[in-house]
Amino acid sequence: MSDLGMGDPAWIHATLAGARPQAVAALLRYFRNLDAAEEAVQDACLRALKHWPDNGPPRDPVAWLVMVGRNAGIDGVRRQRRLTALPDEAVLSDLEDAEADAAERLDGAHYRDDVLRLMFICCHPDLPPTQQIALALRIVSGLSVKQIARVFLVGESAMEQRITRAKARIAAGAVPFEAPGAVERAERLAAVAAMLYLVFTEGYSAAGESARLCEEAIRLARLLLRLFPAEPELMGLLALMLLQHARAAARFDAQGAVVLLEDQDRRLWNRPLITEGLALIDKAMRHRTPGAYQIQSAIAALHVRAERPQETDWAQIERLYLALERLNPSPVVTLNRAVAVSKVAGPEAALAVVAPLEGRLSGYFYFHGVRGGLLLQLGRRREARAAFDRAIALASTAAEAAHIRMHLDRLEREAAGDAGPA
Amino acid sequence: MQYAILCYHSEEVVGAWSAEEDAAVMARLSVVQERLLKEGRLGPVVRLLPTTTATTLRKDSDPPLVIDGPFAETREQLLGFYIVNADSLDAVLDIARDLGQANPGGSYEIRPLALFFPGPLA
Repeated sequence: MSDLGMGDPAWIHATLAGARPQAVAALLRYFRNLDAAEEAVQDACLRALKHWPDNGPPRDPVAWLVMVGRNAGIDGVRRQRRLTALPDEAVLSDLEDAEADAAERLDGAHYRDDVLRLMFICCHPDLPPTQQIALALRIVSGLSVKQIARVFLVGESAMEQRITRAKARIAAGAVPFEAPGAVERAERLAAVAAMLYLVFTEGYSAAGESARLCEEAIRLARLLLRLFPAEPELMGLLALMLLQHARAAARFDAQGAVVLLEDQDRRLWNRPLITEGLALIDKAMRHRTPGAYQIQSAIAALHVRAERPQETDWAQIERLYLALERLNPSPVVTLNRAVAVSKVAGPEAALAVVAPLEGRLSGYFYFHGVRGGLLLQLGRRREARAAFDRAIALASTAAEAAHIRMHLDRLEREAAGDAGPA
Repeated sequence: MQYAILCYHSEEVVGAWSAEEDAAVMARLSVVQERLLKEGRLGPVVRLLPTTTATTLRKDSDPPLVIDGPFAETREQLLGFYIVNADSLDAVLDIARDLGQANPGGSYEIRPLALFFPGPLA
């Protein structure tokens, strides 16, 4: 077999990774037990690694994994009830009929609700965001505990414990296996969308290993949208991630420090990802049912559409933040709008938007950063310095602190330049 | 004789490639494309965006129905395609409706291009 062929390990791993969410989801419905489903898929993957290098991946890898996983699971738990014997996996690759049969059973409404259920299990409201993310990466994506531990910069055994605890918690609040009604399905989609965005933002905040989370979140969002093709908020969510991820190569300098949007080398932005994001926004808009992800993706689109920072349509961005505020009132959204206001109407007007937020955002580093920036633009240097000091004290990561410090240095430089002779 | 070579693959598998794996495949393909180009045998080369960006215009109803997602019927066959320029999905849907008036029945799947190499073949 050629090293570029279908039996190549990289191709087999991609095939397994692509098929895994659906396979676990279908086996979860079959066994009604998460551990059993995971073990069955694990077993099926091991058998795939044994057989596929010789035969090549089967025509329908999901159906193959589900059938082999079912067999393995049945062997494993030695179920009492008699089940129809299934063909041996060594010959499965050739059994087109058996595959087509299984694929047919996998298709249809069940199948998409299976995947949604699997993702929804990870969104248990009792789980803190980091545990939701860890669980999704383990169960849905199939990342190893070691890989997940590396993303969160913790030891393998600590991560193992965290995942075990999270699983015990979700086992207590079982999710029903009946097909959900329309309202329930919409609620699940909203919860899963939020969880996927958590996975994405966890990866977005840093360079290196955790950046992989962005790709994983995008992959799962694409899968979800393929299964629910007419959901404008899913289009918005995927578009938002694509447009943000498109800037990945420009967001950090060689030392790993954050490069601000207006300083980024826009030639480094990933054009195909941008095209895909813009196409999805176009599709979502036709539905005329605005939502938070659609609005945020529209804002991201205005940033990527500008060839130079000074061409950014800040007036439209301000209007979109206002729409977002009405939909989802939040002081953080208002703070973001204030940044747009400062570009459109100047720092004085922006400061008036920011001032009422003091009470609710006094513990938020970005609030003091923005406020400091506005004060500096107004030449109120002493107050600006105090705001920046508070921001740096509140920064939770070195990157955040460096970001504020850079912001400060830059504004000070600019302010000094403005004050000089023309 | 001119031929079209239509590319089919599992989107789940291709979507699970890392950026490096994807780039490696494209690099290997470009070697073959370069050779065909030198031999004067290469026409347009297109990579489509994922099917999540697809919109389908069903021309078997009047007025034609716009549906999110790719063309999914197995009873109809791929008979041809257009590459057009349009500023928005609405604009390309208008073009598709015009074409559909000239030729009702069947469907048009509309999919933005990820990459487009026009190629020298006339």
